[in-house]
Amino acid sequence: MADTTMTTADGIPLKVSLRKALMRQKMRALMLVAPLFFFLFITFVMPILDMLFRSVDNSIVPDILPRTVLALEEWDPDVVDVPPEAAFEAMVKDIQEGYEAKTIGRVGRRLNFENPGMSSLFRKSGRRTKKINEAPYKEALIAIDDRWGESQTWRVIKKLSPKYTASYFLQAVDMQETVDGEITWQPEEYQVYLNLFWRTLVMSGIITILTIILGYPVAYLLATLPLRTSNLLMILVLLPFWTSLLVRTTSWIALLQTQGILNDLFVLVGLVDDDDRLQMIHNQFGTIVAMTHILLPFMILPLYSVMKTIPPSYMRAARSMGANPALAFVRVYMPNTVSGVGAGSILVFILAIGYYITPALVGGRTGTFISNYIATYISGAAQNWGLAAALGIILLALVLVLYLLYDKIVGIDNMKLG
Amino acid sequence: MTADHIVRFENVQKSYDGESLVVKNLNLNVERGEFLTMLGPSGSGKTTCLMMLAGFEPATHGEIFLNEQPINNVPPHKRGIGMVFQNYALFPHMTVAENLAFPLEVRKLPKADVEAKVKRALEMVQLPEFGGRRPAQLSGGQQQRVAVARALVFEPDLVLMDEPLGALDKNLREEMQYEIKHIHDNLGVSVVYVTHDQSEALTMSNRVAVFDDGVIQQLAAPDVLYEEPVNAFVAYFIGENNRLLGTVREVTGDYCMVELDGGGGVVKALAINIGGVGSRTTLSLRPERVVLSPAEGAVPNVLTGTVKELIYLGDHIRTRMTVSGNDEFIVKVPNAHGHASLKAGDTVQLGWVAEDSRALDAPQDGGPA
Repeated sequence: MADTTMTTADGIPLKVSLRKALMRQKMRALMLVAPLFFFLFITFVMPILDMLFRSVDNSIVPDILPRTVLALEEWDPDVVDVPPEAAFEAMVKDIQEGYEAKTIGRVGRRLNFENPGMSSLFRKSGRRTKKINEAPYKEALIAIDDRWGESQTWRVIKKLSPKYTASYFLQAVDMQETVDGEITWQPEEYQVYLNLFWRTLVMSGIITILTIILGYPVAYLLATLPLRTSNLLMILVLLPFWTSLLVRTTSWIALLQTQGILNDLFVLVGLVDDDDRLQMIHNQFGTIVAMTHILLPFMILPLYSVMKTIPPSYMRAARSMGANPALAFVRVYMPNTVSGVGAGSILVFILAIGYYITPALVGGRTGTFISNYIATYISGAAQNWGLAAALGIILLALVLVLYLLYDKIVGIDNMKLG
Repeated sequence: MTADHIVRFENVQKSYDGESLVVKNLNLNVERGEFLTMLGPSGSGKTTCLMMLAGFEPATHGEIFLNEQPINNVPPHKRGIGMVFQNYALFPHMTVAENLAFPLEVRKLPKADVEAKVKRALEMVQLPEFGGRRPAQLSGGQQQRVAVARALVFEPDLVLMDEPLGALDKNLREEMQYEIKHIHDNLGVSVVYVTHDQSEALTMSNRVAVFDDGVIQQLAAPDVLYEEPVNAFVAYFIGENNRLLGTVREVTGDYCMVELDGGGGVVKALAINIGGVGSRTTLSLRPERVVLSPAEGAVPNVLTGTVKELIYLGDHIRTRMTVSGNDEFIVKVPNAHGHASLKAGDTVQLGWVAEDSRALDAPQDGGPA
């Protein structure tokens, strides 16, 4: 190509000139989004990055027990059961220092996740190692607690020496790395999370399907009724949004509990025996009912916005061509609402999968979601941020996979939210 | 034996709110093979009539007959009437061929027949290569053709068209008018066509029903409608029209003498739709029938006008004048050899023959003024 670049009247290349002209516009646009961008970055992106990091972070042990970690590098537990004297000396120094800095308890807690009892071992040792100041360290430590003489104790510490660990993720999928470095399933009685993930997915799926079944006719009415009637109906749909989530959930408790309104009614009409009242809340049933109710508007609104754009002439055209109302609906109306069903489903499903308050209140033992466990590990007695982060990331990955799957099947471009 | 009517409206009335009538006592016959247009301003009841015929709106009173069978209680899908909608109503989730196949599949025709008929229909509208496309990939004109083909593919006796060309630009609209007319001529199908565009109605129809205020004002062939409007509304609505208000002074046979308001004097006109002597009337006069500077004694009616405005339109010069106090008086001066050359402000003699001016009903309150 010869020199064919376009120039402005005074010889500046057109592209340069155009870029300059658009620069001011771009800057203004950037400045307008900047507050939101910073807000999202600080409150959304950073916590996610932090969570990603925490799920593999294992710096507690190498940070608080640096000498021990170094000393254990040479030790091969398959050759010698217990590490050499140098490791005991390093441990004593680390514990003394950690006790001074009041950080030793954290190591104990961290090791406790892998091997119950380690927490008490470190608490006990922390107090007593103060007096140890000369060799033989090994005997001195074992004198404090027999467990220092056991290979298991040291193996756990050696296993947790690296700065990063996959143990949280393994735990989150009911697996573990044994001290021998083998990856195996957790013992049967400790396997909870896979089941929980599965239950969360299945229940979210049921809730999504229920919202479609209940929401579709309502959205259809909203889109086709005369404006005055449909406005009133719309207010009824939106009404739940103006009530507190807690109020809505607790009112379901009032309705469904064994001494609740519904059971009273059943007993009154003789449907169930007074001694045999139905358990409808604090189980899966209760969670599904309450969450279907709460998430219903998120299905109705996208459906409505799609249905609103379907001209009534489509149905009329189908009927003028000889299709009866049912056939016209199935062949012409419904295919045009697929994008709304898709948008509503993905919205409801993603909201459901991470729902916390409602399952926490009405879920009981069988109706809780994975998010309830995550919350327990963040704030409960069994605080374990690493595990909570790993569970959270798996949940996030699941949602992303579903999202991609949806994109492959239906196409995100076809989704209409409003 | 009555004539072969494919559609008959008998005393049909329609009200949406129970307070006012949108269609007032409609009686209308559509003959087999006819292209009948319902023409009127919006709100005149023409679309409502079409919807009642299609079955999407129930008649409040009266009966509609299709092939002499009452159809008030026949649902739309059993009427077998083809329909073309204002915005085409092509199904966006189906290809063009699937759209055309829909009415045939619904009728459970064998697959081979469906394919053959779809192919023929696409050829009829000159889109044989477009079967695999989606409606969104077609231009407005192409969508329009597909919509016409879809309404005809199941070979109905009657096709309804609801302002089908409204969304097209002017050139395409004219092209499609001829095309639809040719299809009608070739297939011999009866068409009821609704539009508010009078040139469309005049171009395509065998007969035009001019609607206003829920009543058919005149039902006639296009040329009759234009040249012999029976009332002021039709004269006003069809084509361009000069209106001069006046009072009837004398009626003799088919003619009457009208004294114009505004001091224009007394003129002679055809008595079409007037009361007795002394009643008010509207004189209707087509702009192309006005003669400028008429020779002495050539026309009975001669008035003086002042030129207000000249608009050059190529084939003719549209001249706006003040005549007898009416300053919206239009004269079309043909751009022919040796035509009168006028300037704004000129005073000129103009006249017309009595047969070209029709004395019609006077405007009512709220009617076209």
